[in-house]
This record gives sequence, structure tokens and C-alpha cells, in this order.
Amino acid sequence: MKIGILALQGSFAEHAKILEKIGTEFLFVHTKLDLEEISKLIIPGGESTTLEKLLKKFEMWEEIQLKIKNEELKIMGTCAGAILCAKFGARWEVDRNGFGAQQSSFSTILNSEKFPDFRGVFIRAPRFEKINPAVEILAKFQKDPVLLRDGNFLGASFHPEISGDPRVHEFFLEKF
Amino acid sequence: MNIQKNTFELKSGLAQMLKGGVIMDVMNAEQAKLAEAAGAVAVMALERIPSLIRRDGGVARASDPEMILKIKKAVTIPVMAKVRVGHFVEAQILEALDVDFIDESEVLTPADEEAHISKKDFKLPFVCGARNLGEALRRISEGAAMIRTKGEAGTGNIVEAVRHWKKIQREISELSDENLKSKSAEFRVPVELVSKIKKDGRLPVVTFVAGGIATPADAAMMMQLGAEGVFVGSGIFTSENPEKMASAIVQATMNFQNPEILANVSAGLGTAMRGEEISQLETKFAER
Repeated sequence: MKIGILALQGSFAEHAKILEKIGTEFLFVHTKLDLEEISKLIIPGGESTTLEKLLKKFEMWEEIQLKIKNEELKIMGTCAGAILCAKFGARWEVDRNGFGAQQSSFSTILNSEKFPDFRGVFIRAPRFEKINPAVEILAKFQKDPVLLRDGNFLGASFHPEISGDPRVHEFFLEKF
Repeated sequence: MNIQKNTFELKSGLAQMLKGGVIMDVMNAEQAKLAEAAGAVAVMALERIPSLIRRDGGVARASDPEMILKIKKAVTIPVMAKVRVGHFVEAQILEALDVDFIDESEVLTPADEEAHISKKDFKLPFVCGARNLGEALRRISEGAAMIRTKGEAGTGNIVEAVRHWKKIQREISELSDENLKSKSAEFRVPVELVSKIKKDGRLPVVTFVAGGIATPADAAMMMQLGAEGVFVGSGIFTSENPEKMASAIVQATMNFQNPEILANVSAGLGTAMRGEEISQLETKFAER
């Protein structure tokens, strides 16, 4: 089974560059059929409303839900992808653009024991809220959790695919 | 803690999030909602779509802030708005309104024939139009975080967008170690920038196509030619069924290599916008 990168819209090419850097084979996921070949899916940054609409239109939404239910699919979502993780059952909620419009976009070193000195790039970033206590918080910015793991879901409100640091991707590949 | 804001990485990063998507011109909150529901990745707020500017004539300026704010309230996707070429105060106003992206656009009446806006001075990212590699690189030197072809807006005729896109690609492929210096002089940009384009074989920012896209097939054709996304101006809200047309263009853009899906989404859309022959136009926006 392969790693898939959802390639409907958004920063899928940037995720692909990181996987190339790590030396991992992957598949761009365009259709329902592509989903049959993968056991892990990266949902990139982009526009979550657009991604949700297209996944439903192309009958991929139900397929992903089914694979998650059968524990056949693990998902890493960045920004818009983390919003979709919540819709697929990850136990956190999201305030869309909770960090503000484009002028409030920022980058900074995250507070994380697991990923020391990791630079987070936040673009019109969502803010996690109502996080279930069972969810593991892997990184914070000030008081805000920004990298979460809930079982088979890994969600980041920032863009590890933009800063180019492969450690979060490596974690998803090795520990999930 | 060191927090960085308004860097080029953050500006061009927003453009990267829009890739593979459709940005739609909208004139009010209802249209903005329709665009968002259809799957647009962003909306361009403007009082008159290009075909109406073309029809009405007169000076076309930046839109009323009240209208832009209403649109901003209506959607969660990024909101872009246009300013006149060179009109840095209109850009300051858009920044104060906290939109997400500024389009320094030839569709509006130019305010300065000598200089474009010095875009590096702004916190917000800019997208600018280009007909050729020289124009694209000058805009990037000025700080543009995204480039789009000019095409010929408001015509529903794709021919100029195709011409501009192909020209930019051809000019990139013609760069060589021998002509870097002469090209940088010809384009009036630093040789380092031209050298980077030659090495990467592409522009250093996300590049969309704009100007004349009126059907799902138009959008898919530009994507097959290598565009990273499309702007649709007049093509949606001058068509017979905007809701269907908007959704169809979004699906076509994301499945541009799948003729079966393209056939499917193109069926039963009603009449597309009425097109114009480029040779019959009174004003060519692209020449601005």
C-alpha cells in the first residue's frame, strides 16, 4: 500500500517535494479508484470548502469515511486538511481563519518537545478548539495547540510543506 | 519569540494554496456565496465585471469599500479586489479593509502610465497581469506574489490568454547562458532573476491564466497548457445559468486531464457568455 497525496487543489506539489526529499514513493490521488491503492493520505493546504465539495462530487468523501471506519486509512492534514480531518472524525473542532485574514499570517518557531526548532508557517490559519482531552498535543504556538494527533489522524494548522522541514512528514510515515 | 509577518514566503504561500483552483469575479454578497458554494478558491470583489466595464465605458476605479466588506462578511474563502495600475492609494485602502489579495489590474483604467505600484511596500500580496516574460518579471521585481496572463478580459474569447501564456512559456524556454545579460537588459530586471527563471524553467511565483475564459473546456485547455489555476471574470455571471457554469468550471479545472468528466460537466449548461472578436474591440485592456 502506498502513500497518497490528495491532488485536487492546493499545495499538493509542495507535499510531493518533501516526500521526494525523504525518498518515499507516493501517488497523487485524483479519483475514487486511486484511494484503493493507499493506506495513508496527505490532505494539503488549500481551500477546505473547495476540497469538501469536490471530494463529495467525485464520491471520494464516502470512500474515505469507509476506509477510516475500517482502519484502512491514516490521514495527515495541513491547514485546510486539518479542517477536513475534523469532519472525518478527528476529535477537535476548528475555527476557520481563527488566526485572521492574510495580513495576520505569520511564521515562527513552534513550542514543541517532539519537533524542536520547527518553523511553523501559518497562512490564514485555522485555530483548533474544543480539543478532546484524549488528543495528543505535539506542538503549540503560545497557548494555542497547532499540531495534534488523534489515533490515525495528524492535523497541523500550519504548513510543514511550505517551510520545507521534513520532520512532521517523517513522523507520519514512521509512527502511523 | 520571533514572529515574522508579511514576508514574501507568506505572500506567495497564499498563492500556493490557491493552486488548481478557480477565482471568480463577483459583484455582490449573493454572487460571492454562489461562487463559494460552487467551489471557488477565492472571489474577486468588483462593482462591474469586465464585460460591463467594456459596455459602459468611462473611468473604471476600485470598488466601493462597503461592497467589498459585505462580500468579505459573506464568505470564508479569500477575498481579492482590484486597484488601478499604479494607484497606490487604492491599494492602501484595500489594505485597510483587510482583504486577502490585491489585483493591480489593467481591467480598471490605469492611474499611472509610468510606474506600477511598488508592491514590496505593502503587507498584502499582489497579483499582476502579464502578456510576456518581461512584464511578468518586472511585476515580480516590484514585489508581485502571483502572476496571471492578461488575456482580453470581458470578451469571452480565450485567444489572447492563449497567446500570452504561450509567449511567456516560449520566452522562458529561449533563455540561455549566452543571452542572460542581454535579456535582463531587455526586460529591465536584475540578471539574478532571469538566471533563476532559466534554472527553474518557470516563474518563481504561482501563475494563473485570466482573460476570456468562458467555458469548462476553456479552463481545462489552459490547465493542460500548464497554468496553475484560472480566473473567471465575466464568464460566470453573464452565462444563462451561473450556478451550473461556476460548478462546471471548478470541476473542469480540477479534472483537466479527464475528457469524460469534461464532457459530463459541459453538458446542459445553457448559453455561455456572448463572445467578442478581438479585432472588433474599441479598447484592448491588455495593452494597458
